[in-house]
Amino acid sequence: MQALDRKLLRDFARLWRQALAIAMVLACGVAILLMALGTYKSLSDTRETYYERNRFADVFSAVKRAPNYLAAELAAIDGVWAVETRTSGSAILDVPGSNVSISGQILSLPVEGLPRLNVPIVTTGRTPDPASTDEVMVNANFAIANDLVIGDHFFANLNGQKRQLTITGTAQSPEFIYTIGPGALMPDNATFGILWMPKPAVDAAFDMTGAFNDVTLKLSSGALEANVIDAVDQLLDPYGSLGAYGRDLQVSDAFIDSEIKQQRNMASVLPPIFFGISAFLVSMVMGRIIALERSQIGLLKAVGYSNLEICLHYLMLAALIAVVGIGIGWGAGTWLARSMSTQYAQYFDFPFLIFSTSAWVYAVSAMAALLATMAGAIQAAIKAARLAPAIAMLPPAPPQFKRALIDRAMAAMRLSQPTIMILRALIRWPLRSGLTLLGIALAVSTIVSPSFFQPSLNKIIDSAFYESNRQDAMLVLSHDMTQIVLETAADLPAVLQTEGQQFHAVILRNGNHEKRTQIQASHPATDLSRVMDNDGHQVAVPPGGVVLTDRLAAHLNVGIGDTVDARFLGGRQETHPLIVTNTIAQYFGIGAYMDLDYVNGLLRQSPRISTINVSLDDTQVLDLHDRLKDVPNLAGIVMMSDTRQSFAETIAENIGIINTIYIIIAVLITVGVTYNGARIQLSERSRELASLRILGFTRGEVSYILIGETMLLAVLAQPLGWWIGTLIAAGMFNSFSSDLYNLPLVFEPAVYAKASFVVLLASFASVMIVRRSLDKQNLVSVMKVRE
Amino acid sequence: MSDTVFRTEDVTKVYQTGDVKVFALAGVDLELYAGEMAVLLGPSGSGKSTLLNILGGLDHATSGRVWFRETDLTDMSDRDLTRYRRDYVGFVFQFYNLVPSLSARENVQLVTDVSPNPMPAEDALAQVGLADRMDHFPSEMSGGEQQRVAIARAIAKRPEILLCDEPTGALDSTTGVQVLEVLQDINERFGTTTVIITHNAEIQRMAHRVIQFQDGKISSVAINDTRLAPAEIVW
Repeated sequence: MQALDRKLLRDFARLWRQALAIAMVLACGVAILLMALGTYKSLSDTRETYYERNRFADVFSAVKRAPNYLAAELAAIDGVWAVETRTSGSAILDVPGSNVSISGQILSLPVEGLPRLNVPIVTTGRTPDPASTDEVMVNANFAIANDLVIGDHFFANLNGQKRQLTITGTAQSPEFIYTIGPGALMPDNATFGILWMPKPAVDAAFDMTGAFNDVTLKLSSGALEANVIDAVDQLLDPYGSLGAYGRDLQVSDAFIDSEIKQQRNMASVLPPIFFGISAFLVSMVMGRIIALERSQIGLLKAVGYSNLEICLHYLMLAALIAVVGIGIGWGAGTWLARSMSTQYAQYFDFPFLIFSTSAWVYAVSAMAALLATMAGAIQAAIKAARLAPAIAMLPPAPPQFKRALIDRAMAAMRLSQPTIMILRALIRWPLRSGLTLLGIALAVSTIVSPSFFQPSLNKIIDSAFYESNRQDAMLVLSHDMTQIVLETAADLPAVLQTEGQQFHAVILRNGNHEKRTQIQASHPATDLSRVMDNDGHQVAVPPGGVVLTDRLAAHLNVGIGDTVDARFLGGRQETHPLIVTNTIAQYFGIGAYMDLDYVNGLLRQSPRISTINVSLDDTQVLDLHDRLKDVPNLAGIVMMSDTRQSFAETIAENIGIINTIYIIIAVLITVGVTYNGARIQLSERSRELASLRILGFTRGEVSYILIGETMLLAVLAQPLGWWIGTLIAAGMFNSFSSDLYNLPLVFEPAVYAKASFVVLLASFASVMIVRRSLDKQNLVSVMKVRE
Repeated sequence: MSDTVFRTEDVTKVYQTGDVKVFALAGVDLELYAGEMAVLLGPSGSGKSTLLNILGGLDHATSGRVWFRETDLTDMSDRDLTRYRRDYVGFVFQFYNLVPSLSARENVQLVTDVSPNPMPAEDALAQVGLADRMDHFPSEMSGGEQQRVAIARAIAKRPEILLCDEPTGALDSTTGVQVLEVLQDINERFGTTTVIITHNAEIQRMAHRVIQFQDGKISSVAINDTRLAPAEIVW
């Protein structure tokens, strides 16, 4: 090993604390890049492969009842590669050992065996015998959650007929990677399952013999989805089509898609921040090292080392920091990516996970980290190379201070000399002070921005659950029924109060603006499920028109008094002009609200409802569950209190983890910035501070200068950090806003206080560590050393 | 003496700091000969170090010409000057300029790593009487020892010329004499042309020639008929 390389390693060993502080920040960037990019790649590769292998459809449509011969006509549509028609239904299940109501979605399997599209993977056992009427294959996670194995029996209420079914196998399907039950906010495999049964059996149960009520289509490459959707609608409309849609509205795919996008955003937003801070820290530390090693650089040049060799020598020092950061980042990133994939396993049902934290992801993250450190070091290294040897060996000229307006101000304020020293140093190196301040502010913002989630979600939960939807449970009917069922429902155990609601799939149109949504129709006097605006006021829904959420109104480009054309899907496919009587601000959904009687009149139908909202007597809920297993025409039950609770718990748990991670990151950034800043200050000022000690200043007074500069910057950084954090949160919330919801920015002073507390504490601790070396300083030897 | 190593012709060096022009050298004509030991004397700011830097290829003259043997150093590029220093010049500085993170041996290796025909670092350290201190770090050595490491580092490349800027400036007289003895020994045994800058008028008595500087110019050149051994010098 060459002597110069040995110097490199020893310098690095001497600087290990500073190097580590930088390496940790760098590692954050590497780890997040690795995790986000790895997860992004892994999710999208897995999805793509799964979809391709199991021929996941491109277009989906539900219909009331369409004759089988339409399948051939659907297949003949230009651009359609394959068609799969099937019968779909829903049922309440009675699973032995479970005392809650479980709902299931039943899908028919063709007599020939597995379907051509959305091919399920049989994970255990076999598909049901096509001739059987009581055999069923269930999704694997449902079986696991309910301790069901092959050969087990359970009951299903099929269209009013309670039947015992026997499990022949378990399966996974590309249609149900993310399986969410009707009305639920999160997947729950224990209370919602997918059931595959032979088509003849399902047809018989749901009165669909010779017909189908669900179709999926795969398009040939190059086909225009919109054209196919139009053609499908045209064919199916006379049979009560609910409107065809693409993958973007397929629930499972939409969830995965948003997760993939989120990872991609994370990979492109967060790591650059960490790399930027690392570059700044490297440049600060390298600049100082080169200032300290001026005479050594002069010497190296004097003995004949070339500019390039010297430049490389210092770049190598930065590269060593990068190597440590990359190593730690790879370790942490691999761990993070692993725990991400475990988390995905919990929510997403993939038969395999192509976890390709492949070599290139590692390479990309390492390259990015190396580039960041090189970018930080290059200026200092070039400066070292350019130092003229004769000048390098002279002591550097003292930094230039000039009297300015600020000095007069300081004099007028009668500040102490140490305070003036602090302020002068900040003003003398404005760029360095500014960047240090920015670094600390970014640490503050790192805590502030994710802290907005909890209060925002609380607000949403409050609004959605405690103000609008106050019912304890929703009984979802398998099809619209007359209001008489309300009386039947009132007789169920535990039920205290019942209210009916009607949901209608519609396409709203204004000129070329169009949106597919659902109209929620209720009686004006309803008390359990109310239409509320964001301010907590109940909104009246008068007959003779429609009330739109402002998101929907904006999408349709309509205002109060305008008319929209509403095409009611699933029935006679009638289109009616509706006057927009009001628009309301809501966090959730793109809802449209109408008066129930008005809708019934408009559609010339008897008073009917599709959902029953009930309030319950808590003490008898188990009896209710027991009874519901035998109630016909029920597609599902949504226990609102359970939903509320599990939603709030999951959110709290996830947010708790996220906040902890961001606090750790903020502390790493703060330590990286303040520790290095204070170290450099100490090294620049050691003679000055020792002189003050010799002149009779106490340790405390001298420490004040050291601590004061960093802490002043830290305090000044707080408001900036709050502002940046709020800005980032607003940006994130904006990017998260979708048709489904938008997040309100709820300002809570505690959020800012917490962030400032953490960052100021971390800054103070870092400076105190540096202060310890000040205490150890030998005054005489410091003064002897030549600058 | 006809074997000229260095020749300068009306060399000037002007430093510009702000609006002020400082003439560090104001026209210097000088010849230095192979194997001689020359002492440059003069008060601070008289131009000695500036001349030494220019001779050693650390700096360019503002005007005038400088030759090392037949080679014109005046307009040499940075790259060529680096090569020139690497191959021909050994430096010794007042403050030793050792790399604190490297041991004595490694400080010498710093030079032997890049020179074309070096002696082993151990030999160089033995030459200056530090055979038993090779693995000590600068912080573990006295000032005299550190300066001897610096000399070992300078001679390890077998330089033709040894340029010493106040080599005893930071040392007490006993250690200073030891360092001078090493320099004289090198000069005599290897025939290395040695140029020593000093404030200390006593040191001139061991030189072949004494060149006196005043205000950026040579004010006198004297030849010593009888030289003193370093041990006889006291200050």
